[in-house]
Amino acid sequence: MGLVSYLINSKIFIEESTELEKRVLFKSAWLPWALVAPQLLIVLVFFFWPASQAVWQSVLSEDAFGTSSEFVGMLNFSRLWADSTYLNSFKVTAIFSVLVAGCGLAIALLLAVMANGVIRGAGTYKTLLIWPYAVAPVVAGVLWVFMFSSPMGVISFALQSVGIEWNHLLNSTHAMTLIVIAAVWKQISYNFLFFLAGLQSIPKSLLEAAAIDGASPARRFWTIVFPLLTPTTFFLLVINVIYAFFDTFGIVDAATQGGPGKDTAILVYKVYFDGFKAMDIGSSAAQSVVLMVIVIALTVLQFRFIEKKVNY
Amino acid sequence: MIERRPIAHFFSHAVLIIGVAIVAFPLYLAIVASTQSPDQIAQSNPLSLIPGGHALETYRIALFGGENSRGGTFPPALPMMWVSLVTAMVIAVGKIAISLLSAFAIVYFRFPAKGLVFWMIFITLMLPVEVRIGPTYAVVSDLGMLNSYAGLTIPLIASATATFLFRQFFLTVPDELVEAARMDGASPMRFFWDVLLPLSKTSIAALFVIQFIYGWNQYLWPLLVTTNENMYPVVLGIKRLIAGEAYTEWNVVMATAILAMLPPALVVMLMQKWFVKGLVDTEK
Repeated sequence: MGLVSYLINSKIFIEESTELEKRVLFKSAWLPWALVAPQLLIVLVFFFWPASQAVWQSVLSEDAFGTSSEFVGMLNFSRLWADSTYLNSFKVTAIFSVLVAGCGLAIALLLAVMANGVIRGAGTYKTLLIWPYAVAPVVAGVLWVFMFSSPMGVISFALQSVGIEWNHLLNSTHAMTLIVIAAVWKQISYNFLFFLAGLQSIPKSLLEAAAIDGASPARRFWTIVFPLLTPTTFFLLVINVIYAFFDTFGIVDAATQGGPGKDTAILVYKVYFDGFKAMDIGSSAAQSVVLMVIVIALTVLQFRFIEKKVNY
Repeated sequence: MIERRPIAHFFSHAVLIIGVAIVAFPLYLAIVASTQSPDQIAQSNPLSLIPGGHALETYRIALFGGENSRGGTFPPALPMMWVSLVTAMVIAVGKIAISLLSAFAIVYFRFPAKGLVFWMIFITLMLPVEVRIGPTYAVVSDLGMLNSYAGLTIPLIASATATFLFRQFFLTVPDELVEAARMDGASPMRFFWDVLLPLSKTSIAALFVIQFIYGWNQYLWPLLVTTNENMYPVVLGIKRLIAGEAYTEWNVVMATAILAMLPPALVVMLMQKWFVKGLVDTEK
């Protein structure tokens, strides 16, 4: 969540940074400092200090006892690129986020279009669809793993009766499917709200004009509604990718623990595992730095497209 | 609606009802499981979809702890829910408080190095705690803040989300209000308390809902900084009920899961107006 909103807000910053300041300002030599002090202090201690430590540790190599460390330059990074489990984790994360974003957006768009079309009950549907947003990722993971466990799992039973022997503990495809479903289930509410808001802001007159010209509902959707939704869709795409990258740790930890093998160990899970279970601080720090670069790249990408106002 | 098409209408409702049903299905199963006895679940293939008669017993064990049928013990969820509540409240209120103050300083004062301060706060938006867990853990550990509310909350308050929301809002407040306040001889803090704060009420409510959910649902960070059972938030407690055990008493797990999702789900549904505002407004 923090992630979701920071991106949104960083966009506000860029848009507003050109805006004029207040004409009337208070004057005081010490008061503004006292006001920003709490936030600055927390940011310095818990943000700048650790972030610089991450960068610093990523170019160091510690011995197994943590007693001495030496400067090794880019060694931790070059080791990462040579490490097949890390590259595999990249691949896993890529597949996972594409599936989560793709399925989550498609389902939410379908539901939003339907909710936008009904005259009565739209509010009720909205209330009944948004609550999974409030469910912790780890709880979402537990709920879904229960339905897929055997022998009491309802879905695994249903799958078995059509000939699919479900086993997410041994089968990587099954494990990936499980975490994708749990992640999509939790994110649909967010996507739905934004799509619905986007749909409601499309001028009715445009659609009426098209209808008078004889365009069918399907044609109206693909030639008018969908293009006008592009900014919303793109915004949600980035948010969903970020969600899949960073906010799904709990789902993975509850449902598969990165297994079988390392086949569902997404990047954040690997940072956690290497840093806190395998105690490889240098490698974990280098992975953190790679993640930071990814977040910054995604943020910049977001800015670029917002600036261009996709399709407007 | 542009045309009257009863069939299309019916179709829309059908899709929505199916959607709502699929979204609600895991919750229904969790409720059903929490009302059955552990043996009933363990022997079922698959789980019976009809609620059982053990709800009271299960929730009593989930809330207050108890023994499982294999002689182990369940940790009570009630103290863990208290930890979650305190954590979520401190994160939400703390973030809102420090952000209101710093946004006020940034918008209404001119002071040296303002640009630098602004930039320092802004950059924190880039890097969520998930990407710097190792070093942040080291700092918290060096400060002796492991297993404490301070350790659970303060590092998560270090984010600029709220600061930017309030800055955004303050910039829309008419300048005439400040002029009037200054003409009446009001001090900056007086203006803040009596004018700015009352005007920000809706923004504060919207942000509170979002941050409360964010705080309540934290998992990775508490997993690192708490080793003492007394400091486990409830979402961590659920994971412990299923971790490492060959035998899981799903009824208690599901009861705890429901207890864990109830407060944030209620906040979202009861404060829906502010929740939607909190999410969508920031997107403008």
